Amino acid sequence: MFDTILIANRGEIACRVMQTAQRLGIRCVAVFSDADAGAKHVQMADAAVHIGGPAPADSYLRADSIIRAARDTGAQAIHPGYGFLSENPEFVEAVEAAGLTFIGPSAEAIRAMGLKDAAKHLMERAGVPVVPGYHGDNQDPEHLSGAADAIGYPVLIKAVAGGGGKGMRLVQRPEDFAAALESARGEARTAFGNDTVLIEKFVSKPRHIEVQVFGDGARAVHLFERDCSLQRRHQKVIEEAPAPGMTGEMRAAMGQAAVRAAEAIGYRGAGTVEFIVDASEGLRPDRFWFMEMNTRLQVEHPVTEAITGVDLVEWQLRVAAGESLPARQEDLSITGHAFEARIYAEDAAKGFLPATGTLTHLAFPEGARIDSGVRAGDRISPWYDPMIAKLTVHGPTRDTALRQLERALRWTDIGGTVTNVSFLARLAAQPDFVRGDVDTGLIDRELEDLTPVPVACSRARTVAALAALGLHGGAGHEGGFSLWGALGWDVTLEHEDERIEARVVALGPDCFEVDLGRIVHRIERRDGIWWVDGTKVQARVARHGNEVTVFWGNGYRFAVVDPLERDVGGAAGGNVVVAPMPGLVKAILVAPGQAVHEGDRLAVLEAMKMEHSLLAARDGVVAEVLVPEGAQVEAGAALVRLEDDG
Amino acid sequence: MKLKSGALPSSEDFQKNRAAHLEALELVRVAADAARAGGGEKARDRHVARGKLLPRRRVANLLDPGSPFLEIGATAAHDMYGGAAPCAGLIAGIGRVHGQEVMVVCNDATVKGGTYYPMTVKKHLRAQEIAEQNHLPCIYLVDSGGANLPNQDEVFPDRDHFGRIFYNQANMSAKGIPQIAVVMGSCTAGGAYVPAMSDVTIIVREQGTIFLAGPPLVRAATGEVVSAEDLGGGDVHTRLSGVADYLAEDDAHALALARRAVASLNRAKPRTVQFQSPEDPAYDPEEILGVVPADLRTPYDIREVIARVVDGSRFDEFKPRFGETLVTGFAHLNGCPVGIVANNGVLFSESAIKGAHFIELCSQRRIPLVFLQNITGFMVGRKYENEGIARHGAKMVTAVATTAVPKITMLVGGSFGAGNYGMAGRAYSPRFLWTWPNSRISVMGGEQAAGVLATVKRDAIERQGGTWSAEEEAEFKRPTIEQFEHQSHPLYASARLWDDGIIDPRKTREVLWLSLSASLNAPIPETRFGVFRM
Repeated sequence: MFDTILIANRGEIACRVMQTAQRLGIRCVAVFSDADAGAKHVQMADAAVHIGGPAPADSYLRADSIIRAARDTGAQAIHPGYGFLSENPEFVEAVEAAGLTFIGPSAEAIRAMGLKDAAKHLMERAGVPVVPGYHGDNQDPEHLSGAADAIGYPVLIKAVAGGGGKGMRLVQRPEDFAAALESARGEARTAFGNDTVLIEKFVSKPRHIEVQVFGDGARAVHLFERDCSLQRRHQKVIEEAPAPGMTGEMRAAMGQAAVRAAEAIGYRGAGTVEFIVDASEGLRPDRFWFMEMNTRLQVEHPVTEAITGVDLVEWQLRVAAGESLPARQEDLSITGHAFEARIYAEDAAKGFLPATGTLTHLAFPEGARIDSGVRAGDRISPWYDPMIAKLTVHGPTRDTALRQLERALRWTDIGGTVTNVSFLARLAAQPDFVRGDVDTGLIDRELEDLTPVPVACSRARTVAALAALGLHGGAGHEGGFSLWGALGWDVTLEHEDERIEARVVALGPDCFEVDLGRIVHRIERRDGIWWVDGTKVQARVARHGNEVTVFWGNGYRFAVVDPLERDVGGAAGGNVVVAPMPGLVKAILVAPGQAVHEGDRLAVLEAMKMEHSLLAARDGVVAEVLVPEGAQVEAGAALVRLEDDG
Repeated sequence: MKLKSGALPSSEDFQKNRAAHLEALELVRVAADAARAGGGEKARDRHVARGKLLPRRRVANLLDPGSPFLEIGATAAHDMYGGAAPCAGLIAGIGRVHGQEVMVVCNDATVKGGTYYPMTVKKHLRAQEIAEQNHLPCIYLVDSGGANLPNQDEVFPDRDHFGRIFYNQANMSAKGIPQIAVVMGSCTAGGAYVPAMSDVTIIVREQGTIFLAGPPLVRAATGEVVSAEDLGGGDVHTRLSGVADYLAEDDAHALALARRAVASLNRAKPRTVQFQSPEDPAYDPEEILGVVPADLRTPYDIREVIARVVDGSRFDEFKPRFGETLVTGFAHLNGCPVGIVANNGVLFSESAIKGAHFIELCSQRRIPLVFLQNITGFMVGRKYENEGIARHGAKMVTAVATTAVPKITMLVGGSFGAGNYGMAGRAYSPRFLWTWPNSRISVMGGEQAAGVLATVKRDAIERQGGTWSAEEEAEFKRPTIEQFEHQSHPLYASARLWDDGIIDPRKTREVLWLSLSASLNAPIPETRFGVFRM
């Protein structure tokens, strides 16, 4: 076994790898960018090496710096995590050329699976079912269109070098094909420098079921399946294992196919074979097709670990160190059911806009596995994926585990940024999902029901009003004292564009009456628990500056209005266009003096790999452009100012 | 030394006592509620319609959320001026702003425009006196039309009248006791000097006004026609005249500015007493209502009260076997050491000497004194006069009068005659004097007073050879008894600010603690006693 490894990654996966490695007595070296100097993975590591600037291209994608760091610190092996350099065959070669071990598959195996059409040919030859499609070299639009006609609509256009939904288009009708093709190619060119596409049959009621495989270079086993059908824009949201409705026959068929796939390329380490499954008539062994193989540890590996009891990172380390497969297929079995939810700093109600911010409060329930790369007080920076944590639960049955998931999400308290926790909790209770009737379109279909802005009820507002006055821990033993009549304090809160005027009358150290205008609640604390009108309120509260977050089922955010700020403000008025989120100013489309109409594009902001157009809210004349193109801006930064309106 | 109570909560006496106390409390509660309502619904509605916060809301929002407020004179002017001045038109009390204890004085403009009745002046001056003695920063929430003109003779000319307010402001400021004014309404004529004499003044835009003469008077005097805002509004005073320092947008903003002003005072309580961890009394203060007899004439052990007031009900009694009608000893109140002097019967020479001794001890150790006053007076009769009870009583009065430690007096029963002096009555300048609803105060009991008058009358009648029947005597005595009963009632006393307020006996511990806490803002100097008559 190695005595030192370097983890060429950041965030939760770096922490997760270190956890196992350190348990095995292995010294861990972290690498970090400028933005991560104080990050959790740096703190956890036995040694840490700075490798460059905050942009991934300047740090986590710098193979040379990383390999140098490994050699300088005496690491014998490099664990790539997922993302970044994890599926880059050149990196693997460079690592090996430096005399180090890459904890993962060979460069050849990665290459074999890297190009999708080649991979499919390979799989077809190995006897793995693949989706009907055209994977040929003839990229002439006419020819591709003909291929699509032959396969039958609807079809998918996919970039050969693609992944994560990039360069992918769904085409419902032949007449839309040409435009979709062009746009997919454009995206693929920008993202991968390769605009070759393939055409595939589009499966209706598709489910995404993937099989975890593990090989030692010669043989492979599978660790059963995961269902990742709950997706939004091809990003997995909640994953589970095993797949609901899975039969023994289908599982065996899929498992064997996956093992064949892995063995066909002499796979070493952890990998995932993704299948698309047509669930329109339930799960049937003849209706699953190979999609692609991910030649790395997956984000969602904890659900597999939960049901199999296997530590996949431990297996990775052991096999990379030269051991043969740690278990035979017949040694592996499924215990119970597991779910993983991915918690992100994003505003689900606003189209899942990524968010940033400082995590002023971070508390997770007991009994759930939490994989997180951040701590309370850490910043979610605009440079990387805004993941806060993965929450994994494991229960004896699917029903139990799902209830545990919902409960755990309701007790997940994150303050300082907007999160998708409420969305996840609603999703966990979505009736189709609860029944196990899932497909990859479920979230989009149910989006409206899943993403309402959580609006606090009057009881939660009562708690918020107390917290705003600093009274959620009670008023102290002298609190609320008066000779003959209790005093009442006024506080103004803002919550989801609503102004809330509350009056809190202190009746004693732990007893208050809160007048919200339309309703008056009496709130009392007994044995450390608040009761509102006799209802036990298991609300938690985080107060940070002028922001109060009440966690009670959902996280409700309130801004406390400070009367001292009354005479300022209003300076910018409605004349300024601000960045709705942190990002890069990709383009400024107007110049001072230019007349604009309502709805005109003023600037383009690139954030979280997406481009957002900023529009004029009214007709007017541009007074000033406040940032240069190419600037990295924070949410709320002023970009363009219009001249005063009349 | 934990006190052991002999109370039997299920006994008939206990329940009867409790019922009687609750009845007395209810009377005070009704009076206090009326005082809190200010000038009535119409006046309140008018006030609110102007965008102004009601005075008690102003007070609350000035103070730290949920913090205690020790109101003084909560039933001042009760039943006076034909009920025209509830609460004397002024709210005063000690509250906390950023943890700093302050004296808040807030006009109630719903009561005759916040004008000053004689009791308003007295209450304002009493609040300032408390502030000065205890080094409490003063915050004046001003909204007043100045002197109440029909009562001008009792408001303006004398030493302790209107002008004294500004004299006090100047002298407190000179002593480093901050004076902050928030002008939230009118400040006319003499009233203009409240903000003008303050260290820091905040004024609310288009609401607060400060001028020596209002628009009508200006017009009458010079013919100049000017609006109140242009004459002395917030904008004028913060931009042109400099009479005020900060301009606030509204009441809430003004109060926030006042809080900010307090935050920058840079004050800390002086190191005085040695605190220990606070502890609740072992006996429930609720039981005070049951252990204290309803009838003042029924004797009881004052330790039953002490046990329901002090930390852990622990009492280090001093000289327990000597002069037993005065109970003296050390205890802690919310962690603060105190010396307790409590009546347990009429004062004898021994009790008085013991009291003087104990006060000397506390003075030397700089331990604040708490007086639990329930006294019918010093023992009378030849034996006692001959042994010099007046001499011994004088020792105690001298000690009480000249000690420099803070004294807090709680009138828990009778306060009659010279006993009042020995037990730190109002004339002995205790920092605070509070009363229970069952207490009575007068130079002597009504019966005794009537008896004295009747004896004189009978002597006169009999000297002239007349006769006076028992019925005639009773008829003669009745008005005196009634007058004494009426005038010795705590509501009568508190209306005239002979004390700082009537309290619920169950809150005795809190009131004493908050009083102590306020008093500890001033350093405790060394005591120099007067000559003790030996």
